Amino acid sequence: MHVPDGFLNAPTSVATGAAAAAGVAIALRKARDEMDERQAPLAGLAATFIFATQMINFPVGAGTSGHFIGGALAAVLVGPWTAILVMSVVLLLQSLLFADGGLTALGTNISLLGLAAVASGWLITRAVLAVLPRRQASVVPAAAIGAALSVPIAAVVFVLLFAAGGSAALPFGTLLASMIGVHVLIGIGEAVITGLTVSAVLAVRPDLVYAARGLRAPLALKQADGTVVAPDAEAGQTTRVSTRALLIGGALVTAIVAGAVSFFASSSPDGLESVAETEGFAEAAREHTFGGFALADYGEVGGIPVGLAGLLGAAAVLVVGLVLFRLVRQRGDSVDATPPP
Amino acid sequence: MTGHAHLLYRHGDSVVHRLPAHVKVTALLAFVLIVVSTSRQHYLAFAGFAALLAVVAVVAQVPPRFIATRALIEVPFLVFAAILPFVATGERVDVLGLSLSSEGLLAAWNIAVKGTLGVVASILLAATTDARALLLGLQRLRLPARLVEIASFMVRYADVVASDLHRMRIARESRAFEARHLGHLRVVAQGAGALFVRSYERGERVHMAMLSRGYSGAMPLSGAAPATRSDWATAAALPVAAVLIALTLEVLR
Amino acid sequence: MTVQPSLDVKGLAYAYPDGHQALFGVDLTVHRGEQVALLGPNGAGKTTLVLHLNGILSGGLGTVRIGGLEVRPHERAALREIRRRVGVVFQDPDDQLFMPTVRDDVSFGPANLGLRGAELDQRVGEALAAVGMSEHVDRPPHHLSFGQRRRVAVATVLAMHPEILVLDEPTSNLDPASRRELADVIEQLDVTVLLVTHDLPYALQLCERSVVLSGGTIVADGGTADVLSDETLLAAHRLELPFGFDPRSVASDLSA
Repeated sequence: MHVPDGFLNAPTSVATGAAAAAGVAIALRKARDEMDERQAPLAGLAATFIFATQMINFPVGAGTSGHFIGGALAAVLVGPWTAILVMSVVLLLQSLLFADGGLTALGTNISLLGLAAVASGWLITRAVLAVLPRRQASVVPAAAIGAALSVPIAAVVFVLLFAAGGSAALPFGTLLASMIGVHVLIGIGEAVITGLTVSAVLAVRPDLVYAARGLRAPLALKQADGTVVAPDAEAGQTTRVSTRALLIGGALVTAIVAGAVSFFASSSPDGLESVAETEGFAEAAREHTFGGFALADYGEVGGIPVGLAGLLGAAAVLVVGLVLFRLVRQRGDSVDATPPP
Repeated sequence: MTGHAHLLYRHGDSVVHRLPAHVKVTALLAFVLIVVSTSRQHYLAFAGFAALLAVVAVVAQVPPRFIATRALIEVPFLVFAAILPFVATGERVDVLGLSLSSEGLLAAWNIAVKGTLGVVASILLAATTDARALLLGLQRLRLPARLVEIASFMVRYADVVASDLHRMRIARESRAFEARHLGHLRVVAQGAGALFVRSYERGERVHMAMLSRGYSGAMPLSGAAPATRSDWATAAALPVAAVLIALTLEVLR
Repeated sequence: MTVQPSLDVKGLAYAYPDGHQALFGVDLTVHRGEQVALLGPNGAGKTTLVLHLNGILSGGLGTVRIGGLEVRPHERAALREIRRRVGVVFQDPDDQLFMPTVRDDVSFGPANLGLRGAELDQRVGEALAAVGMSEHVDRPPHHLSFGQRRRVAVATVLAMHPEILVLDEPTSNLDPASRRELADVIEQLDVTVLLVTHDLPYALQLCERSVVLSGGTIVADGGTADVLSDETLLAAHRLELPFGFDPRSVASDLSA
């Protein structure tokens, strides 16, 4: 479920509401450039689709399960600004038609799933595209990695929001570590769904994948007399995926992970140590809350174990991404090589 | 997560059903704002709010079992709330032999009561408002046109996608497939991509016909009559009553 | 002063995003008032060509001009005018009837052009009268028969006062009586007509000129009777006349 009413206090809710409103307002302006006249039904379909896929629950071990977010998938299909609009519409209709997500928490939910997930998913996708070979098939692993990382990033933002405006003082070290751990696993599921969906759409209707624009080999058209001409239309232009995208994406990941780690490093040793001394709490927390979950054990002491958990997660994602790329490249080769009839 | 799947709308002919959507949404928002602004210690006030919602449920002919089942969607957050007393820091208090954080207990109560009241109120809105009426209401509330347009296509495509999803699931299960573990995601996801393209192409032809007749984004939602003053008054009853309850009980305290 | 041709296509080439090229350089000119049939086997590219006429497809090579105005999909204002001038009736009427009543559907086009009130009602009335469907104005489209829906679909386009009416397979799935009624409607219209069809006798009845599109290029362009009498041409492009149909004698009957 999305965040319900009353979960965060008033100032935080108002702040996230303002952030959401600003984000959507900017997206409305910018989406006009992304949207040609066919984008609106495509965006509507993406919204329905993401709503439907959010119903997919998959187990991630230790009795917890996750569900699909879809922010990265939306960005890859319809572009980042339109994706913000798509996620906002999904969240709005979920709140009003399905009672999923509090109406007063709409700002929070849009900030998490509409802004944080979309922005991080898109920037990381672009960063990965910058280092992969410049062809259509590269979109698949890039989207998968972007999707995988967007989930823990959104989780971190959630924890930060809760730290700012949640109802209770929690030992944030443990909470953060566990949230990151669980959501890295959920992110793998998100990566698989995103990658496979994008791959299937790319194979049949590459024009429906925004992230693949400019990566298509220009179509050489045959004339009636047999001469072959390459059109100078938009389809032929290859956009340079700039190193700027790589830097922004990389910086974003670094900043958030570093920020989370340092946040943890500064507050937890004292908090945990003192509480643990007083009440034997650490023991209780591990058993009651996140007990069976292996990675949670890493979160108990200082900065390094959390970082290690994060590194392990990232490594797992990269492996998945590379395997996907291998698989898709074989398929991509056969598609690109189709000669005109 | 069965709550996601079921459209909550129940056809009916109560006062609540007949209110225009934008009036109901406004009333809902006002009511929930009052609920979340109420300090967690005012236990009686929350009881009063719950009673108000019960009255609305009766008027709208929405049975309690229906509300309870749909409210299950909230369970993960209730679980989170239940954990708080164990995990939160701060001074401890003894409950039934367990050492719990008093701050955690209050926080858990806060989340549980406000979240639940919000969910129930939202269920009552969703149960009495169908999708098309809601879109019209959102347009009336000056939601940006682009968002309304995407939302109307979303609703339009929902039928297409839902029926296809249903058919696909039946086809898969007829071949003895059940999504049991992470590996099965692959099958589901590949079907998902094909579904996306197929649904798009079905809608594409209609959209081409619309474009050919000059459609350029403004969806002509044929409007119902605008809300009357009595509509507003009826809907305002809920938040106004909530405010009165809150103030009265606060005064009495 | 020369009047611009209603339709002027030059060097049109197009490939779909999945790589399949559908048009290989098409040249076609249709003058005002002409009624031209576009013939060709399945997969020849006829619908692809039609979708270029109002800018729904673009991005390949070549140009399309409607009454002198070039089709440029990125210029919104010009595109709206193009879509007023080119009235496309698609093959499936259910793709085109998406409003609650016939009146709403026929008003959709002119309303998008900015018409309101009495003027809008008048347009709707005229269009429905032209296709003989005035009495069904307040019915939901899905309550009508297929032939009636076809005629309403034509009305939705006529209401925009197009310069050129493009009909994509208008007789498919029509019973003979509905087919005849539609022919009566088309004959009475005072617009340029491009009739995309497999129905060769229909082409002969309604169009004095026929163009054959096959494998993405124009392979024949001439008087309909001549084209239909050229057996080698028909055989080479999978066009078949109905059993017992003799174009020459029908043509002389028609002109008599």
